[in-house]
Amino acid sequence: MPQSSPASDLSSIVEIRNVSFGYDAARPVLRDVSLAIPRGSVVGIMGQSGCGKTTLLRVIMGAYFPSAGTARVLGHATGELDHAGLYAMRRRMGMLFQFGALFTDLSIFENVAFPLREHLRLPEELVQDLVMMKLHAVGLRGAAHLMPTELSGGMARRVALARSIALDPQLMLYDEPFTGLDPISFGVIVRLIRELNDSLGATSVIVTHDVQEALDVVDYVWFMADGKVIAQGSPDEIRASAEPFVNQFVNGKIEGPVPFHYPAPAYGADLELAPS
Amino acid sequence: MLIGTLRARLERLGETVTSSIWRLGFASRFLFYLAMHSGTAMRRFRLTIAQIYFAGVLSLVIILVSGLFVGMVLALQGYETLQRFGASESLGVLVALSLVRELGPVVAGLLFASRAGSAITAEIGLMKATEQISAMEMMAVDPIARVVAPRFWGGVISMPLLAALFSASGIFGGYLVGVQLIGVDAGAFWSQMQAAVDWSKDIMNGVLKSVVFGIAVTWIAVFEGYDAPPTAEGVSRATTRTVVTSSLAILALDFVLTALMFTGGNH
Repeated sequence: MPQSSPASDLSSIVEIRNVSFGYDAARPVLRDVSLAIPRGSVVGIMGQSGCGKTTLLRVIMGAYFPSAGTARVLGHATGELDHAGLYAMRRRMGMLFQFGALFTDLSIFENVAFPLREHLRLPEELVQDLVMMKLHAVGLRGAAHLMPTELSGGMARRVALARSIALDPQLMLYDEPFTGLDPISFGVIVRLIRELNDSLGATSVIVTHDVQEALDVVDYVWFMADGKVIAQGSPDEIRASAEPFVNQFVNGKIEGPVPFHYPAPAYGADLELAPS
Repeated sequence: MLIGTLRARLERLGETVTSSIWRLGFASRFLFYLAMHSGTAMRRFRLTIAQIYFAGVLSLVIILVSGLFVGMVLALQGYETLQRFGASESLGVLVALSLVRELGPVVAGLLFASRAGSAITAEIGLMKATEQISAMEMMAVDPIARVVAPRFWGGVISMPLLAALFSASGIFGGYLVGVQLIGVDAGAFWSQMQAAVDWSKDIMNGVLKSVVFGIAVTWIAVFEGYDAPPTAEGVSRATTRTVVTSSLAILALDFVLTALMFTGGNH
């Protein structure tokens, strides 16, 4: 398995070029999205729920293929890969799901050992050592014998993080990693994302709507609305952005281009009031 | 107006028919893919053995107890009828043939569908709803090979064994009531049974039935689980569908198989 094809751009680990995608032709979710994620960085893809950011993440991981444009990930255009090629690419990626997605029938130890056992033929002592190292990195070596149901949400997410870095991925994807965490767990996850990224020499992509929190950890941000990238820049540039949508979102304002009300007929008509 | 309503009804009917045919085709392709990707389940047979434990061993209590009672009832009812014709010593034959030919595979299959089939569907459906299946795909592990195939083969292997145990337990129940309670001669009970039950015609046909039911029930169970919408309602509907569809499938297949197996002599 070559590490990257000669044609790939060495500075970008993910290159999305003019990508459009829709679950059906009538409702495009992504519309002409282009972005390039530099190697070694921690970047954020932010925006409101339903703006297409999770879909973009799924395009990057090769769960969906662009209906137009190209998605080049780790040197491969995902649309051109067959089943085996796609799986080979995914072995070099790690993904943290929103609620961890731990295997509930396996212990914490076995959860972290899962990718090692599935992909590598390692002696049991080595598996033991590797799992303990990964669990130590997220501070949960002592919880190895517990079952996922015995953990809090924050701890479960740390275990899932340990599992996703088990094969030392080059690209880490985080789907809403901060949702539903208490402030301490949140701080732990933020620190881990940065530390693991730097110690593994990986690249991290965080998809989130927790803008304020995420701006503290990322190097660069793409802001999405309605399936398009509407703003991009460093966290400071985003905070200072004059773009009305970004301004409303970053500052959590009620007034702005995003209306409070879902489109509806006139209020009076719904209450069957006679027009005055 | 009338034509419009009629047309709408016809369209709905057509839609229902095409979507069920499409679904059957999808389920068949799923089975084919599953069979092609069963290497892991066979190579790492421990995975399949774990599923034999969940589907088979944990169903043992309900299978053995039900078998015992069915056998006991058969003996009571059978004796009542047989003694009118002075043939009460054929009680063993009646109990054994009813069980190995019909009741063993069918009742064990129905119990297996409700006990193990529903559990398989719910487990796979919930794994999907909690993104465990997606997580596996992201780790470059094929969930059909790793999750579905061991459950499928575990069910297919368990079912004939459970049906055999059901029949054995039923025959023992028949013995308890017929010989110990009613007082049919033990020698006649066993020797007539031994003489009348044919290995290939009765036993093997019963085993064949239970293999077919095992494939049908487990196929329906894994497919419904894998195809379930990832919501609480979706999983609950899929579980119900597994029990209903596989019970109907067992009864329909039983008729077809019985017609093929036991009518040969009448032609």
